[in-house]
Amino acid sequence: MIDRRLLKNFDWITFALVTIVSLIGIMTIYSATRPLPGSEHPSFYIKQVYWLGISLLCFILVVSIDYRWFEKFAYPLFVIGFILLVLVLFVGKQGMGAQRWLPLGPLSFQPSEFFKIFFIIAFSKYLTNLGQGTTLGFKEIAKISFFFLLPPIIVILKQPHLGTALMLVFISLGMAMAAGIRKKFFVLILIIGIIAVPFMGHIFWGGLKEYQKNRIVAFVEPQVDPLGIGYHINQSKVSIGSGGFLGKGYLEGTQGSLRFLPEGHTDFIFSIFAEEWGFMGSIGLFIIYLFIFLRGLDTGRRARDPFGSFLALGVTIMLTFYFVINVGMTLGMMPIVGLPLPFMSYGGTALLSDFIAVGILINVRTRRFALFY
Amino acid sequence: MEKRIKLGAYIILIVFAIFILRLWQLQVIKGREYRELAEQNRLRVVKIPAARGIIYDRNGVPFVRNVPSFDVSVIREYLPKDRETLSALGKLIGLSGDEIQDRLRKAAVYPYEPVKLKIAVPWQEVAKVEVRKVDFPGLQVDVEVSREYINGTLASHIIGHLGRLTPEQSKKPDYKDVPHRALIGQWGLEMIYDKVLRGTAGGKLIEVDAIGREIKVVGMEEPVKGDDITLTLDITLQKTAEEALKSEAGAIVALDPNTGEILTLASSPPFNPNLFSRGIEPREWVKLLNDPQKPLLNRALQSQYPPGSTFKIITAIAGLEEGVITRNTEVNCTGVIAMGKRGFRCWKPGGHGTVSLHRAIVESCDIYFYEVGKRLGIDKIAEYAERFGLGKPVGLEFLNEKSGIVPSTQWKLKTRKEQWFQGETLSVAIGQGYISTTPIQMALLTSIVANGGKIYKPHLIKDSGVEFVGNSKVNAGSLDTVRNGLQGVVGEAGGTGGRARSSLLHIGGKTGTAQVVSIRKQSHALPKKLRDHAWFVAFAPVEDPQIALSVFVEHGGHGGAAAAPIAKKVIEAFYENNKLQMINDK
Repeated sequence: MIDRRLLKNFDWITFALVTIVSLIGIMTIYSATRPLPGSEHPSFYIKQVYWLGISLLCFILVVSIDYRWFEKFAYPLFVIGFILLVLVLFVGKQGMGAQRWLPLGPLSFQPSEFFKIFFIIAFSKYLTNLGQGTTLGFKEIAKISFFFLLPPIIVILKQPHLGTALMLVFISLGMAMAAGIRKKFFVLILIIGIIAVPFMGHIFWGGLKEYQKNRIVAFVEPQVDPLGIGYHINQSKVSIGSGGFLGKGYLEGTQGSLRFLPEGHTDFIFSIFAEEWGFMGSIGLFIIYLFIFLRGLDTGRRARDPFGSFLALGVTIMLTFYFVINVGMTLGMMPIVGLPLPFMSYGGTALLSDFIAVGILINVRTRRFALFY
Repeated sequence: MEKRIKLGAYIILIVFAIFILRLWQLQVIKGREYRELAEQNRLRVVKIPAARGIIYDRNGVPFVRNVPSFDVSVIREYLPKDRETLSALGKLIGLSGDEIQDRLRKAAVYPYEPVKLKIAVPWQEVAKVEVRKVDFPGLQVDVEVSREYINGTLASHIIGHLGRLTPEQSKKPDYKDVPHRALIGQWGLEMIYDKVLRGTAGGKLIEVDAIGREIKVVGMEEPVKGDDITLTLDITLQKTAEEALKSEAGAIVALDPNTGEILTLASSPPFNPNLFSRGIEPREWVKLLNDPQKPLLNRALQSQYPPGSTFKIITAIAGLEEGVITRNTEVNCTGVIAMGKRGFRCWKPGGHGTVSLHRAIVESCDIYFYEVGKRLGIDKIAEYAERFGLGKPVGLEFLNEKSGIVPSTQWKLKTRKEQWFQGETLSVAIGQGYISTTPIQMALLTSIVANGGKIYKPHLIKDSGVEFVGNSKVNAGSLDTVRNGLQGVVGEAGGTGGRARSSLLHIGGKTGTAQVVSIRKQSHALPKKLRDHAWFVAFAPVEDPQIALSVFVEHGGHGGAAAAPIAKKVIEAFYENNKLQMINDK
């Protein structure tokens, strides 16, 4: 299946960049979970190394299958993904007040992580089928909402996983805009959104868990209760800010190792990194991410068919949104919604799904020259 | 689509630009501020109290020592708070489960600050707790340095006691370096010299984690031990004095008449300062406060009563100095003297007959001193009383010394808005009426008479040095005459102070009885609280006075009966202790 032309056209740059970020992630996880004296070093970083290995294997698998196969099985995959999501509600494992994990032998994984990819594949197929040049009108938007978005969002909110649900909305909006959405409808969606907020407010607010409400309050007014709901944001800012221009140095950060910043190895890994590497290090990291995203958009532009194009754009939009929301949250510019930083945050399923996503991206770029086939 | 992808790229670039600006703001513009916040997060200063200075007597015998004390405490957050655990823990340390629950609820502002369950736990119990520690997470035994007052109640009124730093005190600049909840001097010398004794607390800069647990020591400053202080007190003499007073309420003050050093300052009943060392139980505290015997009162400095006949020393000196009498002046005592419409009586109902000044002092004839008082007038008496240190604190005001009262015409006008009556002069002349003195003032007075008129400020701290205040400017002849009389009080037949007579050395002294009620009855027939107060002032050896003292026994009855034997005991003990030294001196 792998021939020389494929290896020659393989997108080594993107692969190298995401691998570098993953290794930085492992280093930072090591630092963030540095043990307090008298206890053993938690094995988070080792687990992450294993997951990186698994992710690379899956990545190779994803890259080696021609992405057009995905088009064939797009809808069945979507349905299977959805069934897994429903299954989670019945047999899923509880953890941290949510039910997101499916047991799989000794491991457990979060179907919602994979569902986003199935969603992108199915949505790409849908947009491709609409045909070149058609812009989305009311009919299409209604269809998308009812068939693609509402069912999974309802199930995911039940888990509950606000972040993933939001992500589905963002990805579909982004991809729809790339496909072309009638200006009139774009404005209409915006207006409906704005008008709906006060009406939906009560229902929406009432449906949130206490900690979710607190996170929103904390975002609006972090000083309200520095040891309570605003604690994360404040400690994250202290962490990043205290890094200064050049940083405190690797393994010299204190905010994470002394546990002032909880979840320093997951959602707040950027804060830990910024404390130790400072402004210069953060800029360096940003540039890597920027390169990955712009190259992703470029892949979408250069894909040999619309399906590949949508696929690449969908994946890029997803990764970009993850990055923007996560970093925005650690910088105190966005509410805490509990989304990981792609490739860096501790978490096996997330890393795996990031690599599958980037595998799809590289798949599309590698096979962009139709003439070779 | 190309166009829209380009737009997407621009949006991404803009978002990155915004993020970079924000990073610049947080890390570069406010970097220092956040770095300080991060340091505040992780670093705490823990003060380490210094070992407290020791208080020694004049011969280097310690009154106090520092001993380790074991406290059982628990970190609230670690301890399971179910009923079984609490009652099992209670059984281990001798408290009920409810009591523990109660203490946990009341204590600890910080969840990880240990809550003391039991203080000053004996060693055997400590061992028991150590063995069972694994069963009760958060249980620990802390070692703290505690103050032990070696002789228990001895000199408790001077030494004082410790107590926890109160929130009010912690705001004062004097206490700014004192660790939170530390034990500091709260009374007596422990309080007055707290700053000297306390030393300088050390500090340890520790790195803590988010829940306040110590992770490592970043910096360390060793504490500096407090300075010792040496008192002028003689511990054996103090013991003798307190034992002599034992069952009575009263005070004994002994001075070295040649230096003003306070050899003994006893107040009875005493209290046990050890009760305070680890924080006194409220029950104990209330008991002390409400004790009718008032053990917290320092009677040596704070009880002010008429000096009774001991005051005749002043009247005699004033009479001689003012020339209203000479050493040969005689007065006929018939047992009563008329003044206005009132008759003033001598304590001896039949009278003394014709008495000289010497016999008047020896037998404490009231009529003789009424006569002298009449001739002197109140203001002359007051002048001499003040010259001998009465009417104002002797200078230990830091121990809440009282000043006593020396009445005069001025004084009465000022305080009572009334004229002075001559009859009142007669009362004062024999140490009754408005006049009041403290035991330490009477010791000072005796000391001045004994040393020939020199006034040395009484002091308790050895290093503070001898302070010569001045001279009472009384002729040596007058003092000789009076001293002869005082020797006669103890040594001659018919002297009222015969019970102070010693076979070891010559003692001079004067008895005094302060009336509590103005009925002349056999004191022993009255209930204790109506009995007169007994005074005795004395000095010895008469030939070269080395000790001057006053003895005051509350409701003791007659000075000659109640106070004189006590004075003898103290003087003899002093003589025994210092015999060698006294021989060497000569």
